[in-house]
Amino acid sequence: MLQRKQTWGFLLGYQAYVLAFFVFLAAPLVAAAAFAFNDSLFPALPWRGFTLDWFFNDSEPKLGMFHDRRLLRGLYYSFVIATGVALLSVFVGTCNAFLFVRREFPAKNFLYIVMVVPLVIPGVILGISILVLASSIANGLEEGYGIDLGFLRPGIFLVVLGQFSFIATITSLVITARLRKFDATMEEAALNLGASRLRVLATITLPYLRPAMIAAGIVAFLVSFENFNTTLFLVGSETPLTITMFDRMAKAGSTPVLNAISFFLIVGSGLLALVSVVVQRDRSGG
Amino acid sequence: MRQSDFRRLSLILLFAPFALWILLLIVLPHIGMGVLALREKVAPRVYEFGFGNFLEFMHEPIYWNTLIRTGSMSLLVTALALLIGFPIAYYIAKIAGPRSRGALFLVCLIPLWVSDLIRAFGWILLLRETGVISSALQAAGLIDAPVELLYNDATVVIGLVYTVILFMIVPLVSTLDGMDNAMIEAGYNLGGNGFTVLRRIIIPYAMPGIVAGCIIVFMLTAGSYLTPILLGGKYSSWFTETIYQQFITRYNWEGGAAFGFLLLAFTSAVVWIGLKLSRQTLAGTVAKS
Amino acid sequence: MTASSEFDLECEAVSKSFGPVRAVDEVSVKIPSGSFFSILGPSGCGKTTLMRMIAGFEDPSSGDIRIKGRSVVDVPPNKRNVKMVFQHLALFPMMNVYENIAYGLRCNGVGKAEIGRRVTDVLERIALPDVGERQIHQLSGGQKQRIAIARCMVLDPDVLLLDEPLGALDLKLREAMKIELKLLQHQFNTTFVYITHDQSEALVMSDRVAVMNNGRFEQIGTPQELYHRPASAFVAGFVGDANRWSGRVVEVSNPHARIETSAGLSALCALGNGQKLRPGDRVEVFVRPEFIRAERLNGAPTPDGNGLTGTVDSLLFNGANSRVLVRSKNAELIEADVTLTGGADDLKPGEAVRLSWSPEQAKCFAAEAATA
Repeated sequence: MLQRKQTWGFLLGYQAYVLAFFVFLAAPLVAAAAFAFNDSLFPALPWRGFTLDWFFNDSEPKLGMFHDRRLLRGLYYSFVIATGVALLSVFVGTCNAFLFVRREFPAKNFLYIVMVVPLVIPGVILGISILVLASSIANGLEEGYGIDLGFLRPGIFLVVLGQFSFIATITSLVITARLRKFDATMEEAALNLGASRLRVLATITLPYLRPAMIAAGIVAFLVSFENFNTTLFLVGSETPLTITMFDRMAKAGSTPVLNAISFFLIVGSGLLALVSVVVQRDRSGG
Repeated sequence: MRQSDFRRLSLILLFAPFALWILLLIVLPHIGMGVLALREKVAPRVYEFGFGNFLEFMHEPIYWNTLIRTGSMSLLVTALALLIGFPIAYYIAKIAGPRSRGALFLVCLIPLWVSDLIRAFGWILLLRETGVISSALQAAGLIDAPVELLYNDATVVIGLVYTVILFMIVPLVSTLDGMDNAMIEAGYNLGGNGFTVLRRIIIPYAMPGIVAGCIIVFMLTAGSYLTPILLGGKYSSWFTETIYQQFITRYNWEGGAAFGFLLLAFTSAVVWIGLKLSRQTLAGTVAKS
Repeated sequence: MTASSEFDLECEAVSKSFGPVRAVDEVSVKIPSGSFFSILGPSGCGKTTLMRMIAGFEDPSSGDIRIKGRSVVDVPPNKRNVKMVFQHLALFPMMNVYENIAYGLRCNGVGKAEIGRRVTDVLERIALPDVGERQIHQLSGGQKQRIAIARCMVLDPDVLLLDEPLGALDLKLREAMKIELKLLQHQFNTTFVYITHDQSEALVMSDRVAVMNNGRFEQIGTPQELYHRPASAFVAGFVGDANRWSGRVVEVSNPHARIETSAGLSALCALGNGQKLRPGDRVEVFVRPEFIRAERLNGAPTPDGNGLTGTVDSLLFNGANSRVLVRSKNAELIEADVTLTGGADDLKPGEAVRLSWSPEQAKCFAAEAATA
């Protein structure tokens, strides 16, 4: 009786702890999102009533996010970069999955570890090392041959490469895990039924990998969208959203328009994360 | 013969993206950074090969103090993240019912993909002098004047734990999820109490997840930039900030490259020691999470 | 050169080596059109490798494989008209039943209307006319089995290979599927080559069976031939149940030999097919339980044949297949079939019994060196 009471109390305390943790998890996000709807010039209490001005108002001082040209441009650049990174890293991740699951070659285990390493290199280091290499190549070409390769200067191209350098590891791991679960006799069965190798790939193997490829693509998109550390060193004049927001926070102080965009990003990334989980779960049984 | 030629060609084609990626974006840039770090500026536009940039680091206590501070605070954050996160992961994987398990895990996954910037911004709104907590305490009559909760080390640590803890919980949940409940029950059945079952059965089983979480969390913390700057203010003394200053503010790329190299060497050494102590491998931990 | 299509599948001295390991060793066989042929052997005997060579997933190291009289060694697997039902069926989970069956037809460029007609037709022939729109995971084990066969049969193959497809099913379903497979084979009238390690599957379904061991065919014959006239100690031991004793030849008087087992039992045995034995040779003796008579000891000696006395150790009740386990004076355990009716006449543990069998039913073979 006593013991049962004890476990009961213990479980209750445990659940309270878990609850407290989720409150801790949600609090800053709620704070960041909630002030987007406060009819005030500052993201702070007291609450002055509900408004959607910080989204849709088209004039200062309450310029809404959908009329703020610089924020919208940041959003656009972030979108372009994230799409590029997602496509590139899903492609390379898929190649890597086939390479490491299906093929045998010397030093395979060592190279697999090499593939994982970019994930544990601090993002700042990836940023500066790529900046250093790209700049020294660009400088060398310019001084030696008078060729100016603009894409090697800080800008969207380098940002994409910098983010890709570690996001490719994430997509490779996700797609590799899925391919490992694939029953290879399925390919033999298709071959046996008369399909060519290319057709087997297109109708059997890739459809099987598709959920993992979509999920990996979404994760790559989200990681790219929120990345700051690597991007900071590689960014040119086309600043993505996180950098724009950081500048705004540092210089102008914070206005609720930042809350509006925070709300937008929290909901957007939350929905995308949900999609990636659902896509993977749906087919995992098959 | 044609068949084997085809296989070799396709192997090369599959290998090419991997090789280009690792070579052009990881190996060569790091060599370039190493070479740059070893260039000593002796006069404007005149360089010499030498360890001057590293010597400068040694001679200036503020630099290595910053590195040691960054390292020790990162270890503290890692330990706190493990202590706080393990019970949560265990709850999600083993105690919650099957339906709430998925929901809780999802609730953990969603903030994972929200930018550090927004999360730090949220903390600022809560903790600053005019922030929610200060105002609430005043309204409750617990304090008389606004209180500034930002710009101290405790806030930085809390903010960092907050930023990285989900990267601890997610691998832990996946590892614990794969653990057969019968193992825990057998542990109790054979006469173990809660503590011995935890120490002898659950923790050894979860070790790959624990190590994976710790490595990722430590690396993210030591390499983080936004959270220390925004929550700690100008004098947060985080090593990434020092690197940034060298690169962007002082335009001293050689020095910045050297500092970057030091950060990489330092964090790699910590991870290596951690792997050796826990007898795990990188492939068996991080690659599986 | 046999260019006739009297045989759907011919293997001629087919061998396959993986490094130093010889998985398939000089296998030759001709399988007549329209027959149900099984390859029976323990796991690792090379039967799967042989099947993969026939399907084209492995190239033979030497030898020739002919289908309908034409060599297919240089034909890639997707161009051979040999279809295969895989061990775990390998149905495509991302397609429904209709798409699974239509897959091969689409690969061959068959027109849409024709595909629809043939899929409907084959679904009717396997008695599952309405499952076209179902997903694979909605099917029962037996239905999946039939869909996997239909997916191959819709392509009208010269030979259908089946790689232990019943292994994953539970016992009851497996028994039902044995009969169903046999009926399907009759219905399609296509050559089935069935691979299994389960001797009862092979015996029940096949017209002819090849017993395979260590990469070689030990014997090819009808199920009855294998059972009653095994050609080697391996076949005698692997096909059906048997009491097995090792011993030594005392004297030979063709077609019989007197054997003394290592436990001290002396018995007259028939020489196995083609066995040439001399006194002193080490042999193995096989006697099937159904040929041993077990009678309660009542003093009257049975003069003819072989026999021994012992006590009933335990009853192994299994309906019509019930047995007694008898411990002989030499402490050997011998199995004999008995009828257990549940009446007072049944044997009981501890009773003294006499076991007897005719010398014709005890086969002896020279002991194999390696296998025990």
